Amino acid sequence: MVEAAFAEAIAHAAAGAALDIEQVSHAFDIDGAELPVLSEVSIAVEPGELVALLGPSGCGKSTLLRLVAGLDKPKTGTLREDEVRIRSPHPSRVVVFQDPTLFPWRTVWDNVALGLEAQGILKSQRHRVDAALDLVGLSDFRTAYPHQLSGGMAQRVALARALVNDPKILILDEPLGKLDSLTRITMQAELVSLWQRKGFTTLLVTHDAEEALVLANRVIVFSERPARVKADIRVDRPYPRHRGDPYLADLRRQILGLLGLDATW
Amino acid sequence: MSTYSLSDGLASGAPRTSHAPWLATWVQESGAGVAASAAWIAFGLSCLWWEDVGDWSRTHSLGIAAFVIAAIALFGTVGADYLGPAGRALRQRAPWLIALGAFLTLWEVATAKFAWLPLPFFPPPQSIIEVYTDDLPKLLDSVFASVKLQLGGYLIGATIGFLTGVSIGWSRAVGYWVHPVLRFIGPLPATAWLPIAFFTFPSSWSASTFLIALATGFPVTVLTWSGVASVSTAYYDVARTLGAKPSFLVLKVAIPAALPHVFVGLFMGLGASFAVLVVAEMIGVKAGLGWYLQWAQGWAAYANMYAALIVMSLLCSGAITLLFAIRDRLLVWQKGTVKW
Repeated sequence: MVEAAFAEAIAHAAAGAALDIEQVSHAFDIDGAELPVLSEVSIAVEPGELVALLGPSGCGKSTLLRLVAGLDKPKTGTLREDEVRIRSPHPSRVVVFQDPTLFPWRTVWDNVALGLEAQGILKSQRHRVDAALDLVGLSDFRTAYPHQLSGGMAQRVALARALVNDPKILILDEPLGKLDSLTRITMQAELVSLWQRKGFTTLLVTHDAEEALVLANRVIVFSERPARVKADIRVDRPYPRHRGDPYLADLRRQILGLLGLDATW
Repeated sequence: MSTYSLSDGLASGAPRTSHAPWLATWVQESGAGVAASAAWIAFGLSCLWWEDVGDWSRTHSLGIAAFVIAAIALFGTVGADYLGPAGRALRQRAPWLIALGAFLTLWEVATAKFAWLPLPFFPPPQSIIEVYTDDLPKLLDSVFASVKLQLGGYLIGATIGFLTGVSIGWSRAVGYWVHPVLRFIGPLPATAWLPIAFFTFPSSWSASTFLIALATGFPVTVLTWSGVASVSTAYYDVARTLGAKPSFLVLKVAIPAALPHVFVGLFMGLGASFAVLVVAEMIGVKAGLGWYLQWAQGWAAYANMYAALIVMSLLCSGAITLLFAIRDRLLVWQKGTVKW
């Protein structure tokens, strides 16, 4: 009975949603002056794709993610999830930020339960929290407080907190940026296997070309601010990928060239 | 002194202690207890040895009680290993027992026996004991009245302050109207309202409740507000993407995140409300420990004043301890992130 519920929780994965970003421009008001950050960005993401957004630091990638999440509204242009216009945040589009931003007053379990609690369905869906914790391998830490976790563990809890909602679009804002290189490599593999199992559409902002190529089946390269789409590169390579793959190395050289770093590589 | 002689002294001292290590351990573990016992025997003797200069009925019983405490201190610390946690606690407090015994001895001698300190302004310990035994009903009535007044006013003030603080921190419109009022009235000491309050309120009890609530409410409001205002927007972003409605953001994000600040406000409010309580009782209310103090002064009953002061400080520190216990329970997650 319990096992059946558990299996259902895993298998009941919502398939990914399509995401249409159409002619989106955005600007910040800083002391009355308008600072453009996104300039006519158009990207069509197929359901279940893992798209990496790569660009120079501060170019506006994270702003685009906030628009997709519905946390901010674009100045012009439209964003659609499965043909439905995005106007506000919704648990079908969940963000994992660069900082885990766990609530320090909640235990690991209560942090993961946050989404279900906010939607008022926690009472009947408690097994989903346990399943999500199992998924990231932190079942033994359910009663721990965030300050007792390492950086990698905290980020895994943040991932579980997102996955428990069965998102159709998972939005990752440099989620591995602050981890040490060993933890990073492990978590990259975990991300790929989660994505393959669950089938959600994934947007991954990163500043690491190698990470983008190991994880994504599409890499979008942005220009300097205001960000425009500079290149849209398909990565047709099976998983698991090898870092030393000459095909990927070649793509990496191309991408770094687009980012203006060809002289150093 | 050269370093040579210093190391020489150390070298010659070392074997001496190793000859009788059990003695050293015993002195270390039970020495303070034996000294505490001696201090309390001295106190007992000081009660019984000389004649009192005045007429106090409890001198003899006090002396006997001192001997009983001396016995408890001695057997409790020497036999601490057989007494479990109680023994350990007693051993830990033995140095304080020494200090207390010595102080009481000095006090007894300086007042009741040789009157080095002028009577009746400095009553001896036995006269304060006399107050507790002979004037107990009136003292208990006062304690009850004070606790009732304080508790009512504090709870009202803390509740209103908390709700106001959350509303100001959350809603810009509420902040626009309440902030200037708070700024204008808040810093005024609550006691300044006293004359007006006693005229405008139907009873002195309701007036005092209002004043205590006011004194509590201001710091609680300001700190709750600043706590809510300083919650990181990242927490709200996370909650919103997970489907949180505004009520959830207030109840489950803003308030828990602000709670450490709220408790600072509650502590400040408690301190401020004690001051108002005592002043209100001295001036208007015809009950309570403040009134008891005032009444005792009118009769030049100095022992009663000291007795009431001791009770008052026990109540105040008890209230603070209680608040600490509540905080430790609610903010258990803070352990390990901040130094307590």
